[in-house]
Amino acid sequence: MAERAAVGSVRAGLERLGAAVTARILRLGFASRFFAYMLLHSGVALRRFALTVREIYFAGVLSLIIILVSGLFVGMVLGLQGYETLQRYGSSEALGILVALSLVRELGPVVAGLLFASRAGSAITAEIGLMKATEQIAAMEMMAVDPIARVVAPRFWAGVISMPLLAALFSAMGIFGGWLVGVQLIGVDEGAFWSQMQASVDFREDVLNGVIKSVVFGVAVSWIAVFEGYDAPPTAEGVSRATTRTVVTSSLAILALDFVLTAFMFTGGNAR
Amino acid sequence: MKRSTIDAWVGAFVAAGFGALLFLALKVGNLASFGPEDAYQVQAKFANIGGLKVRAPVKSAGVVVGRVTDIRFDNESYEAIVTLSIASRYQFPRDTAAKILTSGLLGEQYIGLEAGGDGVMLKNGDRLRLTQSAVVLENLISQFLYSRAAEGREEKDAKK
Amino acid sequence: MAGLAPIVEIENVSFGYDPARLALDRVSVSIPRGAVVAIMGQSGCGKTTLLRMIAGWLRPSAGSVRVLGRDLAGLGDAEIFALRRRMGMLFQFGALFTDMTAFENVAFQMREHTDLPEALIHDLAMLKLEAVGLRGAAHRMPGELSGGMARRVALARAIALDPELMLYDEPFTGLDPISLGVIARLIRQLNDSLGQTSIVVSHDVAECFDLVDYVYMMSPGRVVAHGTPAALRRSDHPFVRQFVAGEIDGPIPFHYPAPRWGADLGLEAADG
Repeated sequence: MAERAAVGSVRAGLERLGAAVTARILRLGFASRFFAYMLLHSGVALRRFALTVREIYFAGVLSLIIILVSGLFVGMVLGLQGYETLQRYGSSEALGILVALSLVRELGPVVAGLLFASRAGSAITAEIGLMKATEQIAAMEMMAVDPIARVVAPRFWAGVISMPLLAALFSAMGIFGGWLVGVQLIGVDEGAFWSQMQASVDFREDVLNGVIKSVVFGVAVSWIAVFEGYDAPPTAEGVSRATTRTVVTSSLAILALDFVLTAFMFTGGNAR
Repeated sequence: MKRSTIDAWVGAFVAAGFGALLFLALKVGNLASFGPEDAYQVQAKFANIGGLKVRAPVKSAGVVVGRVTDIRFDNESYEAIVTLSIASRYQFPRDTAAKILTSGLLGEQYIGLEAGGDGVMLKNGDRLRLTQSAVVLENLISQFLYSRAAEGREEKDAKK
Repeated sequence: MAGLAPIVEIENVSFGYDPARLALDRVSVSIPRGAVVAIMGQSGCGKTTLLRMIAGWLRPSAGSVRVLGRDLAGLGDAEIFALRRRMGMLFQFGALFTDMTAFENVAFQMREHTDLPEALIHDLAMLKLEAVGLRGAAHRMPGELSGGMARRVALARAIALDPELMLYDEPFTGLDPISLGVIARLIRQLNDSLGQTSIVVSHDVAECFDLVDYVYMMSPGRVVAHGTPAALRRSDHPFVRQFVAGEIDGPIPFHYPAPRWGADLGLEAADG
């Protein structure tokens, strides 16, 4: 009897696990179909570019402050910490390299992506979710206008366009912060700071790969944000949950994608 | 908000973003100092390259004139073949010497070019004849110890 | 009114969100051209489902739906969209686009579906706003309008392209008596002056019976009675009597089915 109960509970556990996995996979499939549909119906967003420009304002321009300020502080911290470590080995002129490489390769795209997800991604999800909850999406369909083409696609493209620009601004601002602390405050030699940086930061290997990363993150965050918004249950609770899910899912996606991209991009460099 | 205000903000944002990219490419990266197109390749054989890496700078008189683009092992001569990519605006005589040098005691290694006196200039695909390998610290130390030992013996002989 | 082919013809339609529980069970409704017809019943009786079916959102699992002379069963998405351009719908709470002014809301469909010059769109949209008496509020945002005004702007938006068929989803919900009277008068006025046909889904007996030409009365999943308001007032069908008079008890019981009182209080065994 006890044996049967144990088998039963194991079975129930397995069933729950299976159901959870199946649900995830189904949802992923649904999200992929949504993605494909959105790409196919992006004509309006690109032809009537004013629609996308408007969304770039909300996704990009309104994220500027947080991106610039965070970039500055991250760069300043890198300057301080980097100097502390480097001067132990008597190579504090390499500060420029350290600040620039860590920003351009990693921190720029990743931190800007995380900030973008919580500032713009959550706003996109909440906005689309609310439009659904207040039947604005339904009203649009009723007026024979495809809401995916008219509402979703412009927001997606705006995110994809904004993200690399924000990441570049973050990195530039961070390097400025590192320069401020390293050169102006601590007194590392200015010439060495810039020349060492230039000598070690490669345009293709480092800068361009960083840009590629930020584009990939932009696609991932925007996709997650519009999908969660469009898929949210049309209630206040549903929208707030979807907003949280956007931030959590896209943050995890950024970090996981970052690992994969880094593994592909930066192993070849020295091992060649 | 008015459409034109939004347009202006977005325009400023995109311009600033591209400005930042340009800054990263030119001021932070090496795009300005060295583009891949306007360069010619020459090869140099070294008995030992020490810690030289691909993308290490090639300097002449302390100025960066190019980069190491490839390092291979030649299975016939048992030497390293290093390919240097040198910007086209820098021309060197055919008998230029290449040395593997170290910036500072523990700094990165780079290739130093010393111009010769030949009238014919290097062109794409040429090979540098005069090379000097990296100084390997272990060899240096053993050399030093060996000479000290020799000196010691000489002193002993003199006392006798 | 009689003699013309019906503009909406629903025959023996069944539909269920989950197959075990039918939301509609062999429903037949016929809407004559030019009439204002109400579909009434208590909440959750399937009247909104029926409206969504007429708009082509839901497909019946059995039976046929003919709207504006087309059988919806054979239509693809593009054809449904084309058909919807000839329909207008007023949503329960208006569903105005919150990021556009009242004027832009009304002009939305004209801008999306026509290539009319901006000056003409301006004049047409102002005309529609004038028809609902809100030309003066053209440049207000939806958030700055009262509930009744928002509903009227939404009505102006719904009639923007002069639809032949108007669908009203609970147009009276949440309005004060004055706004309610205004909306009711507008529905009748627009119907008669623009030669529309109107379908009003509502549970507001007093307002509807004064407004409409014909009533379909629904009780969960079925049409239980239909006729002119006068005929229904005289009806001795128990459900109609309960609904029209608003009696507490009748075929729709006051008490939700529950175990016996004593069981919930723990005075007797649950199965006793």
